[in-house]
Amino acid sequence: MATGITSYGAYIPLHRMSREIFYKSWGGAKMAGERSVCNFDEDSMTMAMESAIDCLNGIDHKGIDGLFFATTTAPYKEKLCASLLATALDMRRDIRTLDITGTLRAGTSAVATAIDTVNAGPATSMLVTCSEQRMAAPAGDFEMALGDGAAALLIGDKNVIATIEGSYHISDEFSGIWRSDQDEFIRAWEDRMIYDKGYSLILPEAIKGLMKKYDASAGDFAKVVYNTTLEARRHGQVAKSLKFEPEQVQDPLFTTVGNTGSAQSLMILVAALEDAKPGDKILWASYGNGADAFILKVTEEIKKLGERRGIKRHLESKRMLENYDRYLRWRKLVTLERARRSEQTPISVAGLHRDVAVALALYGVKCKACGTPQFSQGGSYGYFTPLRVCVDCQAVDQMEPYKFSDKSAKIFTYTEDSLADSNDPPTTVNVVDFDGGGRGVFDMTDRGGKDLSVGMEVEMTFRKLFTDRGIHNYFWKTRPLRC
Amino acid sequence: MTGSIKDRVAIIGMGCTQFGELWDKSRVDLIVEAAQEAYEDAGVEQKDIQAAWFGNYYDTTGLTGQGLAGPLRLQYIPVTRVENACATSSDALRNASYAVAAGIYDLVLVLGAEKIKDQGLSGLAVRNLDMNGLIFSMTMPGMFSMLATKYFDRYNISPEDGKHMLAHVSWKSHHNGTMSPKAHFRREVSIEQIINAPIIAWPLGLFDCCGVSDGSAAAIIVPADQAKKYRDDPVYIKAMQLSVAPADGSTTVKYDYTHVESTYRAGIAAYAEAGVKNPREEISMAEVHDCFSITEAVTMEDLQFSERGKVKEDIESGFFDLDGGLPVQPDGGLKCFGHPIGASGLRMIYEMYKQLQGKADQRQIKDPKLGLTHNLGGQPPHCTMFCGIFGKELG
Repeated sequence: MATGITSYGAYIPLHRMSREIFYKSWGGAKMAGERSVCNFDEDSMTMAMESAIDCLNGIDHKGIDGLFFATTTAPYKEKLCASLLATALDMRRDIRTLDITGTLRAGTSAVATAIDTVNAGPATSMLVTCSEQRMAAPAGDFEMALGDGAAALLIGDKNVIATIEGSYHISDEFSGIWRSDQDEFIRAWEDRMIYDKGYSLILPEAIKGLMKKYDASAGDFAKVVYNTTLEARRHGQVAKSLKFEPEQVQDPLFTTVGNTGSAQSLMILVAALEDAKPGDKILWASYGNGADAFILKVTEEIKKLGERRGIKRHLESKRMLENYDRYLRWRKLVTLERARRSEQTPISVAGLHRDVAVALALYGVKCKACGTPQFSQGGSYGYFTPLRVCVDCQAVDQMEPYKFSDKSAKIFTYTEDSLADSNDPPTTVNVVDFDGGGRGVFDMTDRGGKDLSVGMEVEMTFRKLFTDRGIHNYFWKTRPLRC
Repeated sequence: MTGSIKDRVAIIGMGCTQFGELWDKSRVDLIVEAAQEAYEDAGVEQKDIQAAWFGNYYDTTGLTGQGLAGPLRLQYIPVTRVENACATSSDALRNASYAVAAGIYDLVLVLGAEKIKDQGLSGLAVRNLDMNGLIFSMTMPGMFSMLATKYFDRYNISPEDGKHMLAHVSWKSHHNGTMSPKAHFRREVSIEQIINAPIIAWPLGLFDCCGVSDGSAAAIIVPADQAKKYRDDPVYIKAMQLSVAPADGSTTVKYDYTHVESTYRAGIAAYAEAGVKNPREEISMAEVHDCFSITEAVTMEDLQFSERGKVKEDIESGFFDLDGGLPVQPDGGLKCFGHPIGASGLRMIYEMYKQLQGKADQRQIKDPKLGLTHNLGGQPPHCTMFCGIFGKELG
């Protein structure tokens, strides 16, 4: 069977902002719709994790031979992110991991590379995660146009839901939009030129090249799926110039999510696959310093793919941010007065290395003597790892690994703490009892204004706690069931 | 357990500084003042002290014994620092008492001191141990509020009724505190003020939380059979028990978050050591670790003063008020004294000592026989717990 996509997943942050709020804050041009906004504890890594978990629902993580992380907003310039994600996803150690970055077509190029890797033989299954949290300077058009989000595609040659029938690629050295190693925010050249010499020129060139190479015509495709610029108009013009009918064009999520950079093409492909029928052909493309274009053909296998949160359910599950202050605060665009609390405990690289499975994959243990699952937590200021003596029967060294990250849980008790130092007070902390056994105490995030109650069901979510000396500290929190 | 401390050690002198935000005093000032009052009360001189135990939480790590020997210029005697969370100075007394009971020393100084307000922080600085940054964002009020949330849920107490129950705890302590010259906070607060105060961590509002203070307290101890040499009204140690939880409550689903197991266990052990059969009847008064109103409430059940789930009735009937059946926090407690960590345990014992001697002035309880102190360190799922019982008669 031909190589192709074997599973998909996506993630859109819970929080959205009406673009009206930016206009009200700064004036300037109006832009329709809303955009997604990361919570203060989210970034490209945490969103990539969410999309990967969604993609791998019902799939053995240990059977995957590699992970590519595609983004232009990696939290590290020197240090692999894909390896961190692979560890958090509890994947095998003898796998390929690589960050693919530097271009807004990083996602599609990562997929192309994954396909080649599978076709060449060293891997049978490759996970591509693509995620973006791009930063725009306040008071410009970009902060309205951008969105945050992620998608994940599993590439393989078995149980393929959409085969890759062919592809066409262009490399083009034109830097209309860029962010140097010195820049915090994205920059762009004068807008007419960047589209005339970039997106509106190169993207059609790639699509035409693809159709010519495979002798296809516009009418062959059920859907045509490609990313937007930093505004909405040019997207439609491309389809029109290539003679695609409006109903063929997949909604690029510009007015509901925003331009999610390299993740956008993957996210809207996921949306297309959610509605696709066996036999559908999809033309999928992405612009960014050149372009990638693919022909996909949906197979009968798509009916067997289990339920995913994907785009649809994540899109529906939302909470509107009502003011610009919180956006500034969450994105750390303003310096806040420091709370008069204890200094944050420094991170120990040695300690985190030793406890990597605890911190990243939320591993605890299960006592072989009495069967009690237990998370390695002694309280709010003590994580006893490894957990060698059973909390219930005191048996010594009878532990086997036990993973909590994929378990649901119920709130046993909780607090909302207004004194705690937080980027978004009050903090919510809950004691949860996991379904299947074991207890833990975790921060709660994305509460979304929901009233809490003892017994309420929660799920685990991978988040960034804080950064110390450039080390991003990722760990797990609870949240109310998202969708 | 084979041994018992009952009637083997006596307290013959105590000192306690003013507690509060003592911007113009250092830790040294507090140590000297507490020690001098204790020496004077006991009628002894510092040169006669044979050994000392020092309770201090924040400041003297690395100096340990020198943290006390230096400020007092103790002359080359053994000094041991004890740190055991918020039960620090209670445990210093426990260790010192064993040395006296063992016959090694017969005049020993125990002193606890804490200078917290120099830190410039709101609330207590939480010292984080071995956690690799996997912290959750919770302060002490947050940790203890979880008790209240679960207690209300388990016993089906509405938020309004629960707030009212807790408010009575703080109202009572504030009332008692008005009669304590050394307390940090000395004003009446109404039930309405308490209920309507800003929320720190629901359901705990501002007045449900104890303050943060500087302070110091000290005791001079001797073998019980030598006590009458020093004074006619020594106070005898009847029990001193320590129960340290195996940090299990946030790991095992067996913990119910409506009580504190180490309080219950320390209480049982202390009653056994002192020969107390019916705590509600036999204990005359208590100073418990009321870091938060809910802590005091569940402590009443753990110490078997009230039945499980029934403390609300005892609180609201005034059983624990100063004129009630079992007055609790006659000096105003942590609620009014604040909580200079290393000093609080001895401050509680200071009040029991004064009450047993009939020297508690306006807040004097009529003819108390046995006083109990309860000194909690940590947070509900895993505490270090001290429970002591003190009496004015041998036997």
